[in-house]
Amino acid sequence: MSGLPALFYKEMLRFWKVVVQTVVAPVVTALLYLLIFSHVLEEHVEVYPGVSYTSFLVPGLVMMSMLQNAFSNSSSSLIQSKMQGNIVFVLLPPLSYLEFFLAYLGAAVIRGLVVGLGVWAVTLWFAPWQMPHLGWLLAYALLACAVMGAVGIVAGIWAEKYDQLAAFQNFLILPLTFLSGVFYSIHSLPPFWQAISHVNPVFYLIDGFRYAFVGQSDTDPWLGLLVAGACFVAISALTLVLLRRGYKLRH
Amino acid sequence: MSLDAPAIRVGDLRKRFRTTQALDGVSLDIQAGEFFGLLGPNGAGKTTLISILAGLTRADSGHAAIMGHDVVRDYRQARRALGVVPQELVYDPFFNVRETLRIQSGYFGLRHNDGWIDEIMHHLDLTPHADKNTQSLSGGMKRRLLVAQALVHKPPVIVLDEPTAGVDVDLRRSLWEFISRLNREGHTILLTTHYLEEAEALCGRIAMLKSGRIVACDTTRNLLQHTNEHCAQLRLDAEVVPVAWQGRLQRDADGGWRVNFGDYGELESLLADLRGSGVRVLEMHLQEPDLEDVFTDIMKKP
Repeated sequence: MSGLPALFYKEMLRFWKVVVQTVVAPVVTALLYLLIFSHVLEEHVEVYPGVSYTSFLVPGLVMMSMLQNAFSNSSSSLIQSKMQGNIVFVLLPPLSYLEFFLAYLGAAVIRGLVVGLGVWAVTLWFAPWQMPHLGWLLAYALLACAVMGAVGIVAGIWAEKYDQLAAFQNFLILPLTFLSGVFYSIHSLPPFWQAISHVNPVFYLIDGFRYAFVGQSDTDPWLGLLVAGACFVAISALTLVLLRRGYKLRH
Repeated sequence: MSLDAPAIRVGDLRKRFRTTQALDGVSLDIQAGEFFGLLGPNGAGKTTLISILAGLTRADSGHAAIMGHDVVRDYRQARRALGVVPQELVYDPFFNVRETLRIQSGYFGLRHNDGWIDEIMHHLDLTPHADKNTQSLSGGMKRRLLVAQALVHKPPVIVLDEPTAGVDVDLRRSLWEFISRLNREGHTILLTTHYLEEAEALCGRIAMLKSGRIVACDTTRNLLQHTNEHCAQLRLDAEVVPVAWQGRLQRDADGGWRVNFGDYGELESLLADLRGSGVRVLEMHLQEPDLEDVFTDIMKKP
């Protein structure tokens, strides 16, 4: 029998044992964003006609939380195992690089979805209920978590110290998620920044995910799906090549 | 798996890390059922060799196989046949002892392994600690857990990389009793250690590594005969010794005499000569050569 289920289970158990830190905390953070931004901007900003600012903000926050937590799960698990040295426990057994990838990716996706669900649940009290389009919602949520889970694996393998991972997170992941239209529509940006946003894949993830909720978006959701899918394929291919070579894991 | 394949076979293994040649053409066969010792100073290549067997490190050239399974090509079978106790005292602070062992079993595809897990925990005195978080275990307990983890999949070949470094005397003894038992039950054991008396007491065969090369590989008994140097310390009632022995008998710092000899016949003739010249032996101590002498001897050679 394959060792994949055990590695997946271990990764799930790991984040579930510190659920306050891995799920509750990000939900509370997102809630704070919602309270502050919607309080300040609700009266002043209407991004799409007929859509309140809070209704606009909620999908963005849900998506942002999913992205950050999917990334966090795989990257921090790997860097911790490497720093502790207990990464040998998964390197010694007969696990293939593909099983390794799928287990870490699977747990990252689940963590992202659990946090996203949590954020959505608590924000329901603050925004008017609207039935989202489930197909788009699921497609974008899964793709987003998968893309970031895979990026997290690459970051976790590449980083040799905690501060290198923190740099990855602060200088790449955070700007990409913040500068992607979580809090605003990119159409309100000057042309230069609009153009920049269009090469940020995270923009498509948030835009398409929001489409599932409000039925309006800055770009065609099919285009977004294509971009996100291409990103996932590219990142996964890179991750698999690194894992297969044993990059920074097997010397 | 071919039945007559050696437990471990390593052929012309080479590995270079930037400026150091960690392994410089190592070939070695360890037969099933052996208790084999790998000795050498720090940096000799012991851990590199073990890492290549375990798939943690990739050799630049040469080949390595466990029970006939190539560690790269047939890595799944090779790793199933191998249990490794790493040198560093590593643990995963998220889990308790039982969870750690269940998860480790799972990695080898074993789902319902609790019977065997209970048995290893029992033998390693881990049962009272089964529900303790690994972080709260003492160093000795963490070491036992590492041994338990290496055994969850009942590997025929067990590699221990300096398992008794920094371990107290009691634990060391009980660990060796356990490992010796595994060996008697048919497991092949490969051990690296800094405690030479340990290797001498346990290992049937020993290889010595130096700068990435094997400089000696023989049965422990043959290695011990290698120096051929026994030593006798004598206290005599005279200040002058027979002429024939004047070069051989050396004065000790404490006023006694010391002589090195190859076989006991020499000692007999010394005693006869002493008696013949009326010198009485007041005290005599014999020193057998130990592995440390052999080791120092071999390592000194250029």
